[in-house]
Amino acid sequence: MRVRVKLFATLGMYAPGGESAKPFVMEVDQGTRLNALLDKLDIPEESVRVKFVNGRARKWDYVLEPDDEVGLFPPIGGG
Amino acid sequence: MWFLRINMKDRTHQLTEVPEKYKKLAGRSLTSNLIADEVPPLAHPLGPNNKLVFSPGFVTGTSAPSSSRISVGGKSPLTGGIKESNAGTPWAWKLGRMRIKALIVEGQPEDKGEFWGLVIGLDKETGQPTLEWFDATEFTGQDAYDVYPMVFKKFEGRRVSVCGIGMASEHAYGNAGVIFEDMSQNPSRFAGRGGLGSVMGSKGLKFILLDDAGAPGVEIADKELFDEGRKKLAAALNEHAITKPKGGLNTYGTAVLVNILNEAGGLPTRNFSRGRFENAAKIAGEAIFDGVKERLGEERYNHACSPGCIIRCSNTWYRKDKSEHVSCVEYESDWAFGANLEIDDLDTISELVKLCNGYGLDTIETGVTLGVAMEAGVLPFGDGEAAIEMVHKMGKGEPIGRILGSGTGTAGKILGVVRTPAVKGQGMPAYEPRAVKGIGITYATSTMGADHTAGYTIAPEILAVMDDLDPLSKEGKIALSRAFQATTAFIDTSGHCLFIAFAILDIASGYQGMIDEVNGVLGTKWTADDILELGTEVLRVERKFNEAAGIGKQADRIPEFMHTEPLPPHNVVFEIDEETLDKVYGEL
Ligand code: SF4
Repeated sequence: MRVRVKLFATLGMYAPGGESAKPFVMEVDQGTRLNALLDKLDIPEESVRVKFVNGRARKWDYVLEPDDEVGLFPPIGGG
Repeated sequence: MWFLRINMKDRTHQLTEVPEKYKKLAGRSLTSNLIADEVPPLAHPLGPNNKLVFSPGFVTGTSAPSSSRISVGGKSPLTGGIKESNAGTPWAWKLGRMRIKALIVEGQPEDKGEFWGLVIGLDKETGQPTLEWFDATEFTGQDAYDVYPMVFKKFEGRRVSVCGIGMASEHAYGNAGVIFEDMSQNPSRFAGRGGLGSVMGSKGLKFILLDDAGAPGVEIADKELFDEGRKKLAAALNEHAITKPKGGLNTYGTAVLVNILNEAGGLPTRNFSRGRFENAAKIAGEAIFDGVKERLGEERYNHACSPGCIIRCSNTWYRKDKSEHVSCVEYESDWAFGANLEIDDLDTISELVKLCNGYGLDTIETGVTLGVAMEAGVLPFGDGEAAIEMVHKMGKGEPIGRILGSGTGTAGKILGVVRTPAVKGQGMPAYEPRAVKGIGITYATSTMGADHTAGYTIAPEILAVMDDLDPLSKEGKIALSRAFQATTAFIDTSGHCLFIAFAILDIASGYQGMIDEVNGVLGTKWTADDILELGTEVLRVERKFNEAAGIGKQADRIPEFMHTEPLPPHNVVFEIDEETLDKVYGEL
């Protein structure tokens, strides 16, 4: 199945084009958990702080579904 | 330490030692207590009985990191309630080092249209503050970017810092900030919210310059404890991914929030009608960083707005020809002119920020009011040129500009707009209450009107700082907002920039460091509970003033449309009822 992924801020360097916020598609098996994306993309777990799936913050054990939209963020803040 | 009172009726002044009652107060706790004690709650904000108070925080002027903040207080012409607005600027640092704990501006001249400049220096022998006046009428009616260099030139050879007001304040708008200079002498650091610039203008005061030559610096009761605290706080700021050098804020600035709020469906778009902006990535902090890199041919990290900041979050946008366009494009301003107006061009957004700085307008209030005007059909959504033209009309005082300059709540009424995103008349900042419940509770109940900085629950609700809470759930959010409002009141009292919160909410030794610093300066033995109580007491004082001014719990409400119109993409309303909202202050 396919999921759409966006990597933000400093995580952009792990995206296929090296660009932040640009969506790309990944092919994953049914039943894949969110944290499996880390291995596939070579992202150290501790560099990710907030994990969105379809606009909701999720935990690493979230089981992905077809066409899910994933957004990963490093620790960021502002105001 | 001094209390310096200036009476603008006849430009006399009075210098006293700090009265006992106020010795353990500073920053917001001092401005709010003085306003509550001395301004009749029903006074007209622009009349002779309102006062304008400036106070540096406890540690402002010391070597404590990220602490060059000034609190400005008064009765707000925008909300009609008490107001504290703060800014980071060298001016704050100097006032602290000159040991002026409170500068209180009172009265007003009988002649309207008189504008004065004041230079506060120190007597070489006695160390006492001295005052020099100059006629500032020639500086009125002009852009602050033109005026500030003239003022610095006029006092060439002296190390002055400038606080002033722009044309928005000369027109007495509800939307008018007090302008402070940044580290490059630009008129770009604002105590922006609540129209305090107009209070200053109503007193015929155009500038307050500080010349800190010979300043003794802040008196520190226990130097060892202070140093220990300062080091703990600096270590936390240097370690945390958000606040450290080349960390989130230093790299991308506050506008790094655009994408995450957009993902969360909480980025107010098209005058608070959606929670996502399809072109968010084009205006995000990452786009600013990359855009600057492309234009300059090299990476640029951000700078400090004021002396001694470790976090250094202030960015600069450059034009295509590499010339500096404006500093700083904050998240709030970027959003207010960007997603909120459906404008996706950073050059246009930067121009709007620059115009606001030049005219002395608050960027948040301006952007939110323009959103309401677009909703009313006064100008089209997404039309950057029309927005620029409208801000000129505001600055120049044309009739439609005056309506918009009155602020979001009033403009919404005049234009007949139901979807007016304001609380207590003040326009809402860049977080959607329907999608982030805790911040909605802060907007509704804060003594300041809709103000994100008053209780920034975004940290645990969106950024997973301190905790990891579901923004769409109302569970536990009343207590959360209350605790954040009280803690914030203390941080605004300490003199620190609120952005230290990201590090100290995650790193306990950093939090302790802030307390140690304050205890070091004052010689107190305050605990974490004590500072929370101090913060809570500030809220009680502010609340009491507001109630006496006629702003009670009936004003602690989110606009009706947010209760009835579901917000995409999550299709949620703000469902927290009145009784629940009343618990924030009811159980303070
Ligand atoms: S963190 Fe940013 S806003 Fe705060 S004091 Fe530093 S530069 Fe100024």
